[in-house]
Amino acid sequence: MAYDDSLAGRGAVDCDIHAVLPGLKSLLPYFEPQWRDTIMQRGIPEIDTNAYPNNSPLTIRPEWRASNAPFHAVPLEQLASQALDGTDVEFAICNCLYGFQMLNSEDMGRAFARSINDWMKAEWLDRDPRLRASIAVPMQNPAMSVEEIDRCAPDRRFVQVLMLAMGDMPLGKRYYWPIYEAAERHGLPVAVHAGSMYRHPITGIGWPTYHVQDYASQSTAMQTQLTSLICEGVFQKFPDLKIVMSESGFTWLPPYLWRLDKYWHGLRMEVPWLTVSPIEVVRSNVRFTLQPVDAPPDPAQLERLFDHLDCDDLILYSTDYPHWQFDRDPIPEGFPASLISKIKIDNPHATYRRLSEGGRQ
Amino acid sequence: MNEIQNNLRAVRARPTSKQRVADCDIHPAPRSMEQDIYPHLEKRWQSHLAEYGAPLRSGFQNGTNYPKGQPQASRRDSFLPDGGFPGSDLAFMREQHLDPNNVEFGVMLPLRVGLGLQNQELAAALCRAVNEWQITEWTSKEPRLRGSVMVPYEDPAASVQEIERCAGKPDFVQVEVLSRCAEPLGNRKYWPIFEAAQAAGLPVAVHAFGYGGWAVTGGGWPSYYMEDMVAHSQSMQSLVSSVVFEGVFERFPRTRLVLVEGGLAWLPSLAWRLDRLWSQLRSEVPHVKRPPSEYIREHVWLTSQPIEEPEDRSHIVDVMGWIGWDRVLFASDYPHWDFDDPAHVLPAPLSKEQRQQFFLENARNLYGVGHE
Repeated sequence: MAYDDSLAGRGAVDCDIHAVLPGLKSLLPYFEPQWRDTIMQRGIPEIDTNAYPNNSPLTIRPEWRASNAPFHAVPLEQLASQALDGTDVEFAICNCLYGFQMLNSEDMGRAFARSINDWMKAEWLDRDPRLRASIAVPMQNPAMSVEEIDRCAPDRRFVQVLMLAMGDMPLGKRYYWPIYEAAERHGLPVAVHAGSMYRHPITGIGWPTYHVQDYASQSTAMQTQLTSLICEGVFQKFPDLKIVMSESGFTWLPPYLWRLDKYWHGLRMEVPWLTVSPIEVVRSNVRFTLQPVDAPPDPAQLERLFDHLDCDDLILYSTDYPHWQFDRDPIPEGFPASLISKIKIDNPHATYRRLSEGGRQ
Repeated sequence: MNEIQNNLRAVRARPTSKQRVADCDIHPAPRSMEQDIYPHLEKRWQSHLAEYGAPLRSGFQNGTNYPKGQPQASRRDSFLPDGGFPGSDLAFMREQHLDPNNVEFGVMLPLRVGLGLQNQELAAALCRAVNEWQITEWTSKEPRLRGSVMVPYEDPAASVQEIERCAGKPDFVQVEVLSRCAEPLGNRKYWPIFEAAQAAGLPVAVHAFGYGGWAVTGGGWPSYYMEDMVAHSQSMQSLVSSVVFEGVFERFPRTRLVLVEGGLAWLPSLAWRLDRLWSQLRSEVPHVKRPPSEYIREHVWLTSQPIEEPEDRSHIVDVMGWIGWDRVLFASDYPHWDFDDPAHVLPAPLSKEQRQQFFLENARNLYGVGHE
């Protein structure tokens, strides 16, 4: 894809920040009446996920914690003053991580996805022109997910589709292909974001004991999903599709790809459609948000790691606000200076084509 | 299909490795259950196997969830000239591997019998039988070979008994479990195994594979053998997180954990991630007193096969340096299809000292072999 020179001089794009729902109550106005009744009459509790315990230090940086907001929610004005005003950020892409994908009812999943997207539009996108958002989809049912993508995509402020790193089955499976078909058709990348539907233990070896293991295992989930997406031939079928692996690091990528590439050489008879090396597939179709950076202790090692990555197009700037991933600069020490404007501006614009369109509604 | 077409010509290997090596992952196999295992197994279990088999936590009578890429996952040329099972004949193993590849000593990790079963009593009986067979058919006949104490790890009490039974026998240099257990290996359920291994002075080797009964990824069952193979490195990462955050290295400070056949290059970035998370979330795991990377540096060894192969081979040398040159162990995985040949495993230029550590010295130090 040719890159438009006129983009030079634009501001940064924060490709992963979080609009946190301040409780189910705030969603009620956005449900159809029968679902509002269902929620009230059944006394359905908050659908928070264990992936982000409300009071865990990682879930929200202490000085960002709003004094009187419920859960770990942050009001828009506060988000704007802490993550946008006075920074170089021109656009920030909001992902809402309310845990509705865990629900076992497909219909309820659809109702929640619709209400979250409408809430996102009314309470965030309409109130700050710098904000963009991902379309939450009911992963419980790909046909319903397509319906929701088609419903939201005409609003060009939705720039991405949001899926979780762990679902019913690996994301490369043909079951999910209608979602990728719809995303590609609308020019929307698909974020695979840290998180789980908790259909399976979050590790391949069973349920862990601690939250810290849950969060640690998000990066291994990303790895196995990348394997699935590549081996199943998703990118041969949908060559214009971009997958954005969000909030689970990238320093694991080189060694992971060396192993995948080795087994591709040995076992490609199993996946004959995969006619190019997995490394090439990642370079053309997969991107990674910056934070959290699982950085080595020595900045020189991080520089060396960029030789291992051997591609400048892979990383998209993100702060992961309000999660506590860094203390001062989201760009870690040792990060190649020559890459900074590329990850802040060029790579996001090349990935999210809708950013250059002015956000038609 | 059982029609295995093998290339039985050109089997005679010539010496290719001038470097003497310790091979930390060799897979011996029984010629047949009747010949090799039954002599060490009670009659009761012999008839049980004949009637009901030995179901794993999986639906396939013949074991694996993913058909392998090669017959018996083995090199075509490792089948015996009479068609016999790869790795089942000492003379052939000497001729094809130990002699030409200059193996000073080799560590055997039996895989095919007894691990990951549904029936724990049967697992215990089979592990014991396999351990006896390692002595009678291998270590008593070939001084270069050492065995691993296979344990029925889902029954920790029985595992402890087996470790104690084998402790002190020079035939064994480590305890062997598989990576995909029913719970992450650091869970307290398995602590008696670490405790007994520590008391016996034996490292705990975790070999990739296993049948915990769970989907092999946190996002469900993948489709292909290729995915299954790649996913071993993710399972190993979850396992290291588990062992670190459960405080196994604090509780059993002489634990030596050897990770076999999960690759190695993933360890540094995992350690960076765990350090960052520990510094933030340590109030949840107060028993973990130091940064995870420190425990990992002290307590974890990795075998090399299947070694990651970056296009620029100097990159793997960087990573091995980040792991620590005293913690990486050469392994061939003989006779399996993805065998790493010691003559070609690390073409990048290494210092003489690094080469000696990787191929020989680290294994000598870990297993206490070759110094007596």
